[in-house]
Amino acid sequence: MQQGAFSRLADWSSRRPWLWSFVGAGVIFLATIAFTSGKGGADVLAAALTFASFYVIVGIGQMFVITTGPGNVDLSIPANIALAGAVAMKVMDGSNVMILPGLAAVAGVGLAIGCFNFALIRILSIPPIIATLSASFLVQSTAIAYGRGLRIKPPPLFAELATGRLLGVPILAIMALVVAAVMAVVLRRTVYGRSVLAIGQNARAAGLAGIRVERVRFATYVLSAVFASLCGALLAGFSGGASLNMGEEFLLASIAVVVIGGTSVAGGFSNVPGIWGASLFLYLLVTMLNTFGVGAGVRLILTGLIIIAVIALSGGRRAGRG
Amino acid sequence: MSAFVPSPRLVRAALPALSLAALLVAIWFVQPRAISYFGFNLMLNLAMPIAFATIAQLCVITVNDLDLSIGAFVSFVACVGATWLNETPLLGAVVLLGAVAVYALIGALIHLRNLPSIVVTLGMSFFWLGCSVLLLPSPGGSVPAWLAALVKFRTPFVPFAILVSAALALIVHVGLMRSAWGAILRGAGGNPAAVARAGWSLLRTKVTMFALAGVFGVLSGLSLVGLTTSADANIAIRYTLLSIAGVILGGGEFVGGRVSPVGAVLGAMTLTLAGSLLSFLRISPDWQIGAQGAILIVVLALRALVNRLERRR
Amino acid sequence: MDGRSATIVALEGVRKSFGAVRALAGVDLEVRAGECLGLVGHNGAGKSTLMQVLAGTLAADEGRLVVAGDDITASAGVAAARSHGVVCVFQELSLCPNLTVAENARVMHRAFRGFGWRKRAGAAMVAMLDDIFPGHGIDPADVVADLSIARRQMVEIARAFLVTDQPLRLVILDEPTSSLDQIVAEQLMGFVRRFVARGGSVILISHLLGEILSTCDRVVVMKDGRVVETRPARDFTRESLVAAMGSVVAHEEGRSVAATARQAGETVVEARPPRQADGRSLSARRGEIVGLAGLAGHGQTDLLVRINAAAQGREPHARVAGAVAFVAGDRQSDGVFPLWSIAENITIRSLGRLRRFGLIDPAAEARMAEEWRQRIAIRTPDMGNGILSLSGGNQQKALFARALASEADIVLMDDPMRGVDVGTKQEVYGMVRAEAARGRTFLWYTTEFDELLHCDRVYVFRAGVIVAELAADEITEERVLQSSFAEEAA
Repeated sequence: MQQGAFSRLADWSSRRPWLWSFVGAGVIFLATIAFTSGKGGADVLAAALTFASFYVIVGIGQMFVITTGPGNVDLSIPANIALAGAVAMKVMDGSNVMILPGLAAVAGVGLAIGCFNFALIRILSIPPIIATLSASFLVQSTAIAYGRGLRIKPPPLFAELATGRLLGVPILAIMALVVAAVMAVVLRRTVYGRSVLAIGQNARAAGLAGIRVERVRFATYVLSAVFASLCGALLAGFSGGASLNMGEEFLLASIAVVVIGGTSVAGGFSNVPGIWGASLFLYLLVTMLNTFGVGAGVRLILTGLIIIAVIALSGGRRAGRG
Repeated sequence: MSAFVPSPRLVRAALPALSLAALLVAIWFVQPRAISYFGFNLMLNLAMPIAFATIAQLCVITVNDLDLSIGAFVSFVACVGATWLNETPLLGAVVLLGAVAVYALIGALIHLRNLPSIVVTLGMSFFWLGCSVLLLPSPGGSVPAWLAALVKFRTPFVPFAILVSAALALIVHVGLMRSAWGAILRGAGGNPAAVARAGWSLLRTKVTMFALAGVFGVLSGLSLVGLTTSADANIAIRYTLLSIAGVILGGGEFVGGRVSPVGAVLGAMTLTLAGSLLSFLRISPDWQIGAQGAILIVVLALRALVNRLERRR
Repeated sequence: MDGRSATIVALEGVRKSFGAVRALAGVDLEVRAGECLGLVGHNGAGKSTLMQVLAGTLAADEGRLVVAGDDITASAGVAAARSHGVVCVFQELSLCPNLTVAENARVMHRAFRGFGWRKRAGAAMVAMLDDIFPGHGIDPADVVADLSIARRQMVEIARAFLVTDQPLRLVILDEPTSSLDQIVAEQLMGFVRRFVARGGSVILISHLLGEILSTCDRVVVMKDGRVVETRPARDFTRESLVAAMGSVVAHEEGRSVAATARQAGETVVEARPPRQADGRSLSARRGEIVGLAGLAGHGQTDLLVRINAAAQGREPHARVAGAVAFVAGDRQSDGVFPLWSIAENITIRSLGRLRRFGLIDPAAEARMAEEWRQRIAIRTPDMGNGILSLSGGNQQKALFARALASEADIVLMDDPMRGVDVGTKQEVYGMVRAEAARGRTFLWYTTEFDELLHCDRVYVFRAGVIVAELAADEITEERVLQSSFAEEAA
């Protein structure tokens, strides 16, 4: 009986791989609060929810890509964010009525980048890592040329959307929660989501089981690019305008939240809640180190080492080069 | 199987040299004066560190991995070169040796735990960046006089950068492509199972290649900081992408241990010169990165075409 | 050979099982110096397993392995086999495609090192190639990836016969001529005779019986993991060899009575192997069970995969009318999704029909899983358990359930009964017949002869093409064996 209970517990936690990221985030939050003797806890939490939202939106797209199997990853996200932010600000042009057209343009940017990425992967049979990387060179240049000297402020309504609060909760966080909930359903309860999971476990078996493998991969790269674009627009709205390097930190962050959130880099095994836990964890880690008065250098070193530790412990059982 | 049609392998092998030649012709066409001792000295100023970084990347790609931390690592080495190596040379040298050991360790970790190299090296890029920031919070520092003198050495007739690149290509070619050990190292990328079955240790090949990548990364960082005489934490971040592009331009493949050191050095020079051509054409520097991406895509497209023709025969 | 020469290799009572499947059931085998030993047997007789044990790539569960007088049972492994002079040329190539011919020799022979190694390795390879395959046209500087499959095979063989710092006593050739043309194959057989005459030993596995009879001194026939016959080659004829490979016991399996009644339906599958030069093609009618026979790896799986792809509309070699489902035989690489539950593994092929308001309905999914748990008797307390918690046979049942639960009219079976226990087999045979009676079409590739008796028609494959079509009353083991083993190279 004893053993039964233990194995049930092990089973219970192994079915909830996202648990650890929340535990980690909670521990770090408490440590921070303890250090400040409880002052500013609510503010820290609100800031964490806001900044985590950006990670979540980008991370979910990256998660779907990584779930499709070893070697699949989207490295064009930072350039995508830079370009989308610039496009959003330019099309909206500070006017509330242009918000929707602006968002449509941003979605168009994401769609185009996703199609371009997949075209390189499929038609030129370039490995995804290099395909998305070389695409990002082009996108980055476009963003630089297009967004140079851009000093357009976001429309007031859009800025309010990105920075405002509803009942004390950042609106952005509410939106990211809704997106996460929707994508969790997409992953578990739609044919598309199941196909992504199946391809990631065994692409050949998925094809033999009647799944249109290439179509699913195509949709996944587009999904990731569109999410990154939307994040770029929101980021520009949040920080009062687009800047060219605002996407930089999202290259590692997008992969880090996927890995820390309990998704297998080997593919076929992923979960949406973990993205939230990992995003909070990453942000709170930075906050904690800041609170402790630790410099940027140590922060970067710790971030890097934590990612390596997580991946080394969770193991790359089936991982190829990915 | 006509004798008049060059074999696809030959076409593939000639592509890097052809792209470099095409680029030189274009430069000569736009700015004839650039094709001179002085012009090359100027244009190829940074070819040396880029070539070293490209060879470092080539070592890792040979064993079917990818190093996304090489840019941050070269920056770190540059920071060490502009600080400790100048102030306390012994400490600087020990730190650089230790850094190579870390590279070897990463290779072992990736092999033993069968980890995806891009995630591990992406994490390492943060590690190196953090170390650089600790070491040199703001741009500055100064390099040992001997280092600056060494990399700015002026040779007659042929610029120093070209000589060093040629020597590098030759040495790595002999070591990796001609030596008995090189065959095993490349074989470990081509058919690891067969190499292991023949009794060779895959762990040892992986550690060797990562350690070599560390050594060439150190050479890259030192030659870079010798040229610039001061450093900052982000000085060589671009090198990650440049080095991958250089290996691929040079005819390397991402998997299967197919690499070409000579091609990779030519690829590195092509990428360096591409920048000059763009500025001669008065194309805004905004498009510099984009042009590199475009070159990469065009070369990969050409290669895909060659491969497809080969399959059809 | 008359038994006076020394024994090079002796295997005694070697047993090996993979899970519940017994691959070797106590094999004794002896190879003498200066003889060529032929090893024949039908699919699953245990030839390859036995050779892997001998070459050190597989460890036996029981038994003794003596090479050149040393008992190496305890230290068995590739290194021990090599140092005792046993080399195996495996069916799948073990060359590094990115290296040259000379460099590949270096990978296997450590003696090639130091100054001038490349020249020595190249010269040794060319000398060996010249000896075995005169006029081979291979340069030691050629990169292996650029060579044709036949030339790669030649390089692989030459490399195995190369002697450097270790002795060479026994070379195992597993289907060495499968990708060689007839002239080159004869060159190899001639060399084998010369090698044997010099005192070396060779074990030759081949599906070309003419090759076996003309080259070997003795022939060992294996069946069901045992040696059933050992005689000098001159005492065998092609016919007696085929007879020896066939069943010892008579088949009690009755013919399916409904076979003839089902012929009337319209044609739903039409497919032609890409290498088929004559007009033959495979066709199947509604409600038919069509068998694909022949030795393993002779193009059957490839054709099934093409038919499956045709259902998704991208395959020039096959046409299908109706939805297609595939039952994998190689569960790990073609079938199972290892991270999923049994239920998820079953429903993946039918998700489109399990939706409610666009979303997959968990209740409907559970119902489908439960229905098939009962219908096909998957032995598990909970269909939510991981698929890998099942035994191999039950995993296979789940894959059957995946196909049968789907809306597919045509079911492709890729030798799915490999490693499945007898009870499960009987249950599945019954289901296949019942489903066929309801109008489903089955294309059934199998390496077990008994299963062909369930088929209405059988196509026999050899070297990637269809070589025979047998009607229901023509399906006998002898006919299938006769067609599977060619007299001469195809």
